Amino acid sequence: MKIHEYQAKELFKDFGIPVPEGSVAHTKEEVLEIADKIGYPCVIKAQVHAGGRGKAGGVKLAKNRDEALRFAEEIIGMHIKNIQTGVQGKKVRKVLVEKGVNIVNELYIALIIDREKAMPVIIASLEGGMEIEKVAEKHPERIFKEYIHPVTGLSNFHNIRLSFKLGLNKKQRGIFSKLVSNLYKLFNEKDASIVEINPLIITNTEELIALDAKVNFDDNALVKHSDIMGLRDIHEEDPFEVEASRYELNYIKLDGNIGCMVNGAGLAMATMDILKYYKGEPANFLDVGGGTSEERIKEAFKILIADKNVKVVFINIFGGIVRTDIVASGVINAARSLNVNIPVVIVLRGTNEKQARKIIDESGLNFISEIDFKKAALKSVELSTGD
Amino acid sequence: MSILANKNSRVIVQGFTGKEGSFHASQMIEYGTNIVGGVTPGKGGHTHLNKPVFNTVEEAVINEGANVSIIFVPAIFAGDAILEAVNTGIELVICISEGIPVQDMVKVKHYLNTTNSTLIGPNCPGVITPNEAKVGIMPAHIHKKGKIGIISRSGTLTYAAVNQISNQGMGQSTSVGIGGDPIIGSDFVDILKLFVKDEETEAVVMIGEIGGSMEEKAAIYIKKHFNKPVIAFISGQTAPPGRRMGHAGAIITGGKGYAKEKMRVLKDNGIHIVENPAEIGSTLKKVLTR
Repeated sequence: MKIHEYQAKELFKDFGIPVPEGSVAHTKEEVLEIADKIGYPCVIKAQVHAGGRGKAGGVKLAKNRDEALRFAEEIIGMHIKNIQTGVQGKKVRKVLVEKGVNIVNELYIALIIDREKAMPVIIASLEGGMEIEKVAEKHPERIFKEYIHPVTGLSNFHNIRLSFKLGLNKKQRGIFSKLVSNLYKLFNEKDASIVEINPLIITNTEELIALDAKVNFDDNALVKHSDIMGLRDIHEEDPFEVEASRYELNYIKLDGNIGCMVNGAGLAMATMDILKYYKGEPANFLDVGGGTSEERIKEAFKILIADKNVKVVFINIFGGIVRTDIVASGVINAARSLNVNIPVVIVLRGTNEKQARKIIDESGLNFISEIDFKKAALKSVELSTGD
Repeated sequence: MSILANKNSRVIVQGFTGKEGSFHASQMIEYGTNIVGGVTPGKGGHTHLNKPVFNTVEEAVINEGANVSIIFVPAIFAGDAILEAVNTGIELVICISEGIPVQDMVKVKHYLNTTNSTLIGPNCPGVITPNEAKVGIMPAHIHKKGKIGIISRSGTLTYAAVNQISNQGMGQSTSVGIGGDPIIGSDFVDILKLFVKDEETEAVVMIGEIGGSMEEKAAIYIKKHFNKPVIAFISGQTAPPGRRMGHAGAIITGGKGYAKEKMRVLKDNGIHIVENPAEIGSTLKKVLTR
């Protein structure tokens, strides 16, 4: 799960990680109120779940009250558009207003789980403010890593090693160690999947301040953290995906016209792959999961046909945990109650497949029932390209 | 022969009396798996599905000599269930549960490394050695005894592949679902090391997916040490980067984990690549009759 920068900074404050003075605003009046309080110059930053906000014009430095007003009007309500946001872009509904700070040096620091080594890793660099992937590619020698074994946890030597590699002076090393320890504590206690500060700045008074803040959380651990769950902002998510998540359906919207309903993530990806292989375009990834019920199937069907791009529905179910006869009746009931008038190609294999096919055949609905995955894929592509 | 599970395996079910545990335990018993009991704390002394229930894995080991455990407990407790089984010295632990927090698995993985136990999963369909033992949730009827080893990060896609292989008249030695999480007990290389020694296995089908680099590691291992034909399919060739495709581990991040790159590395190391998921069985047949 992603959260906004201002929310991440609130968490940082709770964990003793210094951030610039500031607050979130929803209107230009609120922007001015905050700016007047913290003083000028101040920075106004669009709060959306996407990077590249600066380049898109969503981050501005206001030298005085007039500028603050002008930038607030510009940024609130604008759409941030880049590769991360898709063609529609993301509407800015709130901004973070922060006091300007004197930057002497910009560092980078992050904590993630390294899946190959199966442990958290601290990544630090002197190239703060840059895209870290690019730094890693061009200058891997400028990136320093410390892997944290679960037996030791973060220990002081990790911090010391990093701070010497970063060339920090004695005073900075002390502050840095404390900051990294707090960052690790946050990462660990809240089951974060990434905590990133880019840039972590050193000021002219030798303070270390998190100028930006990114924190994502492990979705699987959210049940342990109701406080974190409360930070979810559904405005930032695709409405179809929000609806799907209410029924524990794994749905990802894509740009094609073949609506896919599949059980299991691997088979769902393979279904997209085979459609593309035959020059078709999947409209979505949809995994209805293992122990699925008739109700969930029905909701999945609803979401699929609510996407107006969808010209044909391809249902591909291989029953292991899930019984295919339950899927069949779920699909039939949904198709009846929703008056589906686009073609539906359906493959049901596995547990109770004979009963399932019987349910489909006897439904009186005009479904194209296939036993063969390949034939079904070809049929779906054919139906999606015809007029 | 076969790998991991066979007719001599003495299997217990952790989360035995729960809904999922009960359903799949009865399916496994029906298949002929030697289920010797189950574990549900607080229900020790009872009988469930005509098998004894124990409070702890330790009791099950002492009383029934269990050496394999399959885990169905809810994700939030599953990390602890794995630790208990491993700590008790269970040789093979198979965790079906999906949704274990990654940081729980960090601990499990490093503890596991200090023991002789093998963990399969989590978030996997389990292991089946046809006609001997099914320690998992896969539909039994699609499997057939034979000479093809299967290793997969997926569940249902594996069933589809098994179905294709059986339809081509070929059976399986053992089929292993290693799981779709970013941190899992055994990866492709771990299972390949078992298949290389298994005389019954003549060829291996690998089903990988986007995310991580365990397919690339397997490619290098195969080139150096694996002398049997391997065919591979990688799902997620059309998946957008930065999105978690259902499985927690199926995500392209920081420009890494693309299907295309995995397929290239596999191909460069002599593995037969299948691009069309409907042609896994037919490609295997072609490779073996060449």
